Amino acid sequence: MTSPGERNATYAPLGLLAELTHRCPLGCPYCSNPVALEPRKGELDTATWARVFREAAALGVLQVHLSGGEPGARRDLVDIVAAARAAGLYGNLITSGVGITEASLGKLADAGLDHVQISIQDSIPASADVIAGYTGAFARKNALAHGVVRLGLPLTVNVVVHRANIERVGAMVELALELGASRVEIAHVQYYGWALANRAILMPEREQVARAAAEVEELRQRHHGRIVIDAVVPDYYARYPKPCVGGWGRRSLNVTPSGKVLPCHAAETIPGLTFWNVTEHALGDIWQNSPAFRAFRGTNWMPEPCASCARRDIDFGGCRCQAFALTGDATATDPVCHLSPRHAELATLAAERSEAAYTYRRMPAGREAEVETPA
Amino acid sequence: MSDAPQPASVSPDARPHLPRGVRLVHNEAQGGYVLLAPERVFKADAIAVEILKRCTGEATVAQIVDDLARTFEAPRERIETDVTQLLQGLADKKLLAL
Ligand code: SF4
Ligand code: SF4
Repeated sequence: MTSPGERNATYAPLGLLAELTHRCPLGCPYCSNPVALEPRKGELDTATWARVFREAAALGVLQVHLSGGEPGARRDLVDIVAAARAAGLYGNLITSGVGITEASLGKLADAGLDHVQISIQDSIPASADVIAGYTGAFARKNALAHGVVRLGLPLTVNVVVHRANIERVGAMVELALELGASRVEIAHVQYYGWALANRAILMPEREQVARAAAEVEELRQRHHGRIVIDAVVPDYYARYPKPCVGGWGRRSLNVTPSGKVLPCHAAETIPGLTFWNVTEHALGDIWQNSPAFRAFRGTNWMPEPCASCARRDIDFGGCRCQAFALTGDATATDPVCHLSPRHAELATLAAERSEAAYTYRRMPAGREAEVETPA
Repeated sequence: MSDAPQPASVSPDARPHLPRGVRLVHNEAQGGYVLLAPERVFKADAIAVEILKRCTGEATVAQIVDDLARTFEAPRERIETDVTQLLQGLADKKLLAL
């Protein structure tokens, strides 16, 4: 027997984020992919993904999030969806909308896809295309959203909120309703990777965040029963941190295009962690025993003030990646927490402003040829 | 006002069913039945499972209540309250079609 505080405690994960590829025609400046994108040649093949799905289901995983990059860049996407369904998993496709046609969507639905999530960058088309770094993206996303609804699949519209669109949160929820979405996700930018590089350009004002939160609450009441509104709060302006990934190594895992298994999508930003790969280990072994998963599982690794805090089993000390990015110490209390000795610095960082052009998310030169833009 | 569809309410002759994208599955490692929906997972207790298994789109709410009252030899009014409450809650969360 192990106590839940220990690094080798046993948990059954619920969700698997499958990054099928890092290729994507879009260039969102807040993309959650690592700054060092993985090239096409190392991507796992169909059979390996199918095995990963079976092993995940046996561990307790219920839902697989087929993501990227743009999953539509995988030619075997239909087979991958079918494999997820065959493993008994709930298949959720997370797409930019560019890279999946209505014809391919029909095949995915027939293969057993359960749900589609499309990201929308803004309610104003021209602004949306600038944010995505892709002309015509908005129109394609709209067309695909209609296709999803026509097929009778449930649709989530995902809206990432930052300074350039925060004044239109209400309009974006209305757009989601018009598109026939049953759920809309209002996600404020989380500052890792590409977003961290663009932080001074993306960060909204504190008052804007408060106004947007009030607006979302009002919309939630008004549209109760018509659309589910989920909101991810912007944490630089919060008092307590978010319970990142539901606790390290407790609820979810992330497999990168080349098969590395991460406790969260940004975990590679923490130096010194060792990640195991599905091509060398069974998923259950990785989940339970790999050094990266054991590093911050449970609560025994925590220093003060988290170690003796009543909230340590609620927010798990916040986000490890953010703690490292902002303090240089991955075991530190997430500076978002007002109890962190480094909390005051956050206000200074959030106040930095720049009107420069975005640093778009791109493959390094020489790899760009690998990104095909679907016709 | 938005012209989006109004929230559905549970009537005795509605024929409830799980919409596309909502599935009731059994997973050993999670210890029983779970209702899977977009980005959400709900543990289904024994009563919920009995109700949900009958939501096939064929039986009406009234028939489901009759069936449960018979199967579990319980007062019809109590079952009706339980069923209506559960179904309304699920319909509000878009997890059930009426
Ligand atoms: S660039 Fe945009 S659409 Fe592409 S993977 Fe990143 S966030 Fe998604
Ligand atoms: S001190 Fe640590 S555990 Fe307590 S609220 Fe802050 S981050 Fe959470």
